[in-house]
Amino acid sequence: MARANDDIATRLRALERRDTLRIAICGSVDDGKSTLLGRLLVEAGMIPDDRLQQMLRDSRKHGTQGDAPDYALLLDGLEAEREQGITIDVAWRYFGTSKRAFIVADCPGHAQYTRNMASGASSAELGLVLVDARAGVQTQTRRHLAILAMFGVRRVLFAVNKLDLIGYDVARYARIEHECKELARTLGIAQADAIPVSALNADNLVANSRQTPWYIGPPLLEFLETVSVEQRADDAFALPVQWVNRPDAHFRGYAGNISGGRIGTGSEIVVLPGGQRSRIARVIGGDGDLSSASAGDAVTLTLVDAIDVSRGDVIADAAHPPQIAAQFACHVLWLDDAPLLPGRRYLFKLATRTLGAQVTEIKYRIDPDTQAQLAATRLAANEIGYCNLSLDADIAYQPYARDRTLGGFILIDRESNATVGCGTLDFGLRRDSNVHWQHLDVDRAARARIKGQPPRCLWFTGLSGAGKSTIANLVERRLHADGFHTITLDGDNIRHGLNRDLGFTDADRVENIRRVAEVAKLMLDSGLIVLVSFISPFRAERHMARALFNEGEFLEVFVDTPLEICEQRDVKGLYAKARAGDIKNFTGIGSLYEPPESPEVHLHSDREPPAESARSVITALGL
Amino acid sequence: MDATAHTHLDALEAESIRILRETKAECRHPVLLYSIGKDSSVLLHLLLKAFHPGKPPLPLLHVDTTWKFREMIEFRDRRAAETGVELIVHINEDGVRRGVGPVTHGASVHTEVMKTQALRQALAQHGFDAAIGGARRDEDPARAKERVFSLRGAGQRWEPRKQRPEPWGLYNAGLAPDESLRVFPLSDWTELDVWLYIRREKIPVVPLYFAAERPVIERNGALLVRDDERMPLDAGEAPTMRRVRFRTLGCWPLTAAVASSASNLDEIIDEMLETRLSERAGRIIDLDPADSMERKKREGYF
Ligand SMILES: Nc1nc2c(ncn2[C@@H]2O[C@H](COP(=O)(O)OP(=O)(O)O)[C@@H](O)[C@H]2O)c(=O)[nH]1
Repeated sequence: MARANDDIATRLRALERRDTLRIAICGSVDDGKSTLLGRLLVEAGMIPDDRLQQMLRDSRKHGTQGDAPDYALLLDGLEAEREQGITIDVAWRYFGTSKRAFIVADCPGHAQYTRNMASGASSAELGLVLVDARAGVQTQTRRHLAILAMFGVRRVLFAVNKLDLIGYDVARYARIEHECKELARTLGIAQADAIPVSALNADNLVANSRQTPWYIGPPLLEFLETVSVEQRADDAFALPVQWVNRPDAHFRGYAGNISGGRIGTGSEIVVLPGGQRSRIARVIGGDGDLSSASAGDAVTLTLVDAIDVSRGDVIADAAHPPQIAAQFACHVLWLDDAPLLPGRRYLFKLATRTLGAQVTEIKYRIDPDTQAQLAATRLAANEIGYCNLSLDADIAYQPYARDRTLGGFILIDRESNATVGCGTLDFGLRRDSNVHWQHLDVDRAARARIKGQPPRCLWFTGLSGAGKSTIANLVERRLHADGFHTITLDGDNIRHGLNRDLGFTDADRVENIRRVAEVAKLMLDSGLIVLVSFISPFRAERHMARALFNEGEFLEVFVDTPLEICEQRDVKGLYAKARAGDIKNFTGIGSLYEPPESPEVHLHSDREPPAESARSVITALGL
Repeated sequence: MDATAHTHLDALEAESIRILRETKAECRHPVLLYSIGKDSSVLLHLLLKAFHPGKPPLPLLHVDTTWKFREMIEFRDRRAAETGVELIVHINEDGVRRGVGPVTHGASVHTEVMKTQALRQALAQHGFDAAIGGARRDEDPARAKERVFSLRGAGQRWEPRKQRPEPWGLYNAGLAPDESLRVFPLSDWTELDVWLYIRREKIPVVPLYFAAERPVIERNGALLVRDDERMPLDAGEAPTMRRVRFRTLGCWPLTAAVASSASNLDEIIDEMLETRLSERAGRIIDLDPADSMERKKREGYF
């Protein structure tokens, strides 16, 4: 104890004033990433004594360095992690000096785990890339750098490691340095530096090494303490509304974190995407009113006018608002084991806004090693594609290169709730430059009125041989006899014409249903009662079809017949062929059928005659 | 640094507030797990800020194992009264009836029944779908990969493979009927950050963190402060008054004190920077096999 209290206070004031540097560290397996990080933490005095002792004990037991300390053990995941297969996740590390606090995303090295870099790279200001001095730039170095570039990391530092193993050879180092910087340049990374290190010997980690008299730059830690990272170029004010704060009838404030710029009382603002204008009445901080606030602050704003603002809206500088669009060109990094299929519906979340979305087209996939553009109809896990994305409504956004908050998004699966993809908006596709919506005076209600019937879509789903066509046929005969205007779209028939270019892969099945749903909608617009009889095995596609219609117009009819019964019936002899392996991807055998969760009509064709089932459908129609 | 530049503490504070608001906005019925320690004190402070000038629209939940220091309980009730935030206290009555405690049943049974099971009971009873906790990633290497929104399956189990990536802090709170969330707004904070922030914001903490003369007995090298008669003294054992403080607070028979003369925040932080022992060295419960932390996590301890 007994240190003067003034000393302590001075030291604490310095700590309190520190800023933050967010780093994503990556490298191929065995480049020495864990050793470097562990060694850096020890040299910087960040590892508590008891953990250091533990590491020394463990090193003797199962380290890779004989009896010498194995610094990588300081970061090692636990046994259980390996069993659970999560060693591949980003691990977050924290350390600091009197000058700066560091938040480090420690990214996994294996090639197949590219997707796990997303979380780390998305927030990083600096990429720290390990390169083994013996090997130089490797495939994995390229991949990591490409991901850093995609996620907007504008500055990288190459730590060229294991210099001891090349005898601290300046010429070899210089070649690697050149190669690294060249690579960064071609990927559009604005600033790149390199440091020669040996993690094992602590060369150039916290002090300049005598082994590299030719290296005149700072040691690694000093570099990290002093490097300046580019601030947001765009400084127009924006705040995605996160929470409408209404503690009582007298107060209505909009809470959120300012994503860019500065705001003060009296500032002119616009609420997007709606476009209402007003002025800021109060800027409220965590414990009182502020005269102004800036990017990064968590605040609550009140407006002079009583206008309608909800979560998901963006309050922005009226003079320099973000852009508005519903369709985009964007990069998507796919995270899920099930592939991304164009046309399938997902949830999209950007800043505080969540809404329905679909990728309408994959323009190309990017080769991770060469950056070449490859043709693709789907994206598998870890693949990056350049896509067109269509949202259910307009949103306020910025191109990702200008603003990470208003340009970065995730995609969520509607069934499993998993986060299945993430991406960056490039630019908005204006609808009128894309597909123009012609306004029509005669609408579906008018067309239906003249036919004297409400338009409806009856969507029959179930296994092959379940009885869909039989029942649909009976329903149509009955309706026709009663004077209703009907049409049936049958799976087999449509596949002979409109969809004859489609096969039975998952991607083709999605497209098959998309086209039929669109055709059904056109027919419904013309006032008809449309009977669709398609296996339509995937819930997501039936949701997509349903979403095209108004509430009450779409009735899902689940023809629920056990697989064994369908297989016994085997009217078309298809099950036999599928069992024999002659048909691949046959629903129920090689391909999944996802039963509806809450169909409007649920039929059991194995327990009642088709006429009985048909009557249930007619009753449900309620004409 | 210009006037608008943000310090590390500013950035941590703003992000934690964002996480708290996001939890309220996206979850049906969230609750804040208030364990009375320094991290909980910071969480409560952030919660008040997040919803200022309104009152926080979610309650606090304290799972009382009945073995907390009396000073902790007094502090809890005082803070709840001062802040006006709703406080729910839950005790596993079944465990009380069976007389479960750390002295009679040992640390792991006590923790399992009075803490883990009790927490599960409370979450189920009130139908909470998100429980906000004060755990930090720097506490243990086993937590380095934990998400901010951590998904729990049936029975509050942590399911490693279902955890969701969180790029740009875009948290996904979608849940199936038997799933729930644990939310960790202090994920990015270190122990040092917590103390520096308490100092900067003048946040009240339990006096046990500060050195004072306390009745201490020494067992297996651990300094224990005997809070009441439920822990019998061994033959020849007698408490002596020693100047000690606590680095973490839990059930008193399971929490070791450290000899210290640090009696204010500056001295505590200074001591922490100098002594170089990890925080968990004071948790007797952690002196189990290496991956016990991991196991507890999966059982829903966090
Ligand atoms: N000679 C030498 N070996 C190193 C150096 N850095 C790391 N290594 C060794 O390289 C191997 C892989 O290191 P590790 O840190 O586990 O790699 P990671 O997979 O990138 O985390 C280990 O055997 C280390 O001891 C270095 O600077 N020089």
